[in-house]
Amino acid sequence: MISAKPKKKFPFHIFVFLAPAVIIYSLFMVYPLLDSLRLSFFTELDGKEIFTGFSNYNRLLNDPNWKPRFWGAVKNNSIFFIIHMLVQNPLGLALAALISMKSVKGRDLYRAFFFLPSILSFVIVGFVWQLILSPLWGIGEGIMGFLKLGEYFKPWLGLEGSALIALSLISVWQFIGIPMMLLYAALIGIPDELIEAARIDGANNWKIFWGIKFPIILPTVGMVGILTFVGNFNAFDLIYTTQGALAGPNFSTDLMGTLFYRTFFGQQLQLGNPTMGATVAAMMFLIILVGVLLYMFGWQRRVTTYDL
Amino acid sequence: MRTKLFVFLVLASLVLSACGGTSAPEAPAAEEAPAAEEMEKVTLTIESWRNDDLALWQDVIIPAFNAHYPDIEVIFAPSAPAEYNGILSTKLEGGTAGDLITARPFDNSLLLFEAGYLADVTNLDGMENFGDAARSAWITDDGSAVFAVPMASVIHGFIYNKDAFAELGLETPETVDEFYAVLDAFAADGTYTPLGIGTSDLWEAATMGFQNIGPNYWKGEEGRQGLIAGTEKLTDPQYIAVFDELAKWGPYLASGYEAQTYPDSQNLFTLGQAAIYPAGSWDIGTFNPLVDFEMGAFKPPVVAAGDTCYISDHTDIALAMNAATAHPEEAQTFLTWLASAEFADIYTNNVTGFYSLSNHAVDVADPVAADFLSWRGECESTIRNSYQILSRGEPNLENELWAVSANVINGTQTSEEAAAQLQDGLDSWYTP
Repeated sequence: MISAKPKKKFPFHIFVFLAPAVIIYSLFMVYPLLDSLRLSFFTELDGKEIFTGFSNYNRLLNDPNWKPRFWGAVKNNSIFFIIHMLVQNPLGLALAALISMKSVKGRDLYRAFFFLPSILSFVIVGFVWQLILSPLWGIGEGIMGFLKLGEYFKPWLGLEGSALIALSLISVWQFIGIPMMLLYAALIGIPDELIEAARIDGANNWKIFWGIKFPIILPTVGMVGILTFVGNFNAFDLIYTTQGALAGPNFSTDLMGTLFYRTFFGQQLQLGNPTMGATVAAMMFLIILVGVLLYMFGWQRRVTTYDL
Repeated sequence: MRTKLFVFLVLASLVLSACGGTSAPEAPAAEEAPAAEEMEKVTLTIESWRNDDLALWQDVIIPAFNAHYPDIEVIFAPSAPAEYNGILSTKLEGGTAGDLITARPFDNSLLLFEAGYLADVTNLDGMENFGDAARSAWITDDGSAVFAVPMASVIHGFIYNKDAFAELGLETPETVDEFYAVLDAFAADGTYTPLGIGTSDLWEAATMGFQNIGPNYWKGEEGRQGLIAGTEKLTDPQYIAVFDELAKWGPYLASGYEAQTYPDSQNLFTLGQAAIYPAGSWDIGTFNPLVDFEMGAFKPPVVAAGDTCYISDHTDIALAMNAATAHPEEAQTFLTWLASAEFADIYTNNVTGFYSLSNHAVDVADPVAADFLSWRGECESTIRNSYQILSRGEPNLENELWAVSANVINGTQTSEEAAAQLQDGLDSWYTP
């Protein structure tokens, strides 16, 4: 009976509106991505690219030289991500909750200050923190000495056990403004009537936050999580600027991004290997894809969204 | 997102270079015609990673060249050192690279030559001024073709603070035992950090540490050739011994040396806080304007007094000709001038710490730089042992060396473990 409806002429003009985005995305995002995936199935021999199937992947995952580097990068990247999830996002939520409270004085100023590091360049952030933590001229040791903690000071960026954690926390410091802003925007979108009604019912601030505000902003919390995931597994700049492409000491700060960079572009005497580089990039893409799919099917479709 | 951007940029440049590749052969022909007819000023562009030398080229070297050849205009167009290799290969593939190309030693340039990007300069006028050692870094494996005019080498050794030595009444050490005696004296006194080196940047440990003191243990060229021929292994006692020495350095370094970067080390020394600085001769030029004390230099200490000394006199920089240049004659003219005594003198005396590789006798005005150069006469020269052939495969020997040298100084890896890791890595792809 559907066909009984009067047939509408197909709105061909939508193609005109879609065209710019479709063309630009295809040309500059989709095509390079597919071509990069294609490249990962080839090996360069005597200047010619030869199709070798999954041999690059086999090498990356099973070769005794590649395997520890790849899994090391996956492990380090996971730690990097977990620290962001445990420190950056809860702190971002706490800051957002605080600056969205009307009773906090100067909250616009705090908002600006907390967000400021996010707009700084990685190079500046890396350099500033390297100086702060420098065992030679840094103020870190002095500050800790003032707090009578001087003996606990260590050259954290140079020790295998602490370099990755130190860099993760530097990255948290830099990007805490992003989850804070997203969650803040969600929090101030909650109508006042809901809060007032809860207050009349006798709820205190703590109860209002966890019983009303948090469930409402839950979809945003999920989004912050997935943005953190994608951002972290693509991270590269901070490690490169502070530790170099070899991600020292002893590869302890090697992330997928630095592994990719080293493989693709080479390092000192090591020549770049575009096909292996494309393979690392493909694995990064795969990891991120799996994460995003888990988020979409495991979280986004289940979480309740409230229409306000 | 950054990584995706990288992939995209690289792929975009590949696409562009593919387009450029097809049009490249036409371009030179089109440009050559008017040049021949009108005898216009020809412009040569030099690709380089030495952006520190920009002023020197513009103010000294190019004017000196133009005094002889006023019709050839030369533009020195350097890019950032860390990005040079990538930028250069992209430009060469796209047919947009300059006429003259500053060449890294060994494989990097060899591959460019084999891909047809660099011209053969074996029979260039002036090449007779370079010995075999100088040519060795820019020659095909069979020795049949030289593809760059050697410019300069850098020498390793130790730079020291003369005032600090005088204060404690110390003499420069000749042997390893004397070296540690000096370090102990500084450590006991406590005013100065005995050794100014850190492990954060990794390469300092490998280059200023391992490659600096090492040649005395593996007997320079003998050991280096032995590794290539497979008659020596990195797990042999002479290599373990080098790591054993590095392992002893830790206590003499500044507290927190694990996070000390190369600029930190340089500052530590120029501020007068470190007494001895494991150096590359290129540091002299950087240090000269910064220090307010007198600097001196001593060569890597030998094990026993009277032993033959070996120094790392590393072939570092050369100039090649782009095979696709529109002005091959003018480019050759420039290269021939580069092989002259005049250039050798200008370069050695202006780029302090870089020594001309030609056979011309050059008087070095800077006393510290002259000290370094004088070791060529007293000791046997060699180059860094990881550079020729042995860093062709994966894992890359040079990269591994950076990591393990830092580990050994940091005390997180024993000498034996470090040597075994290097040899295992090498064995996985290299058969002598």
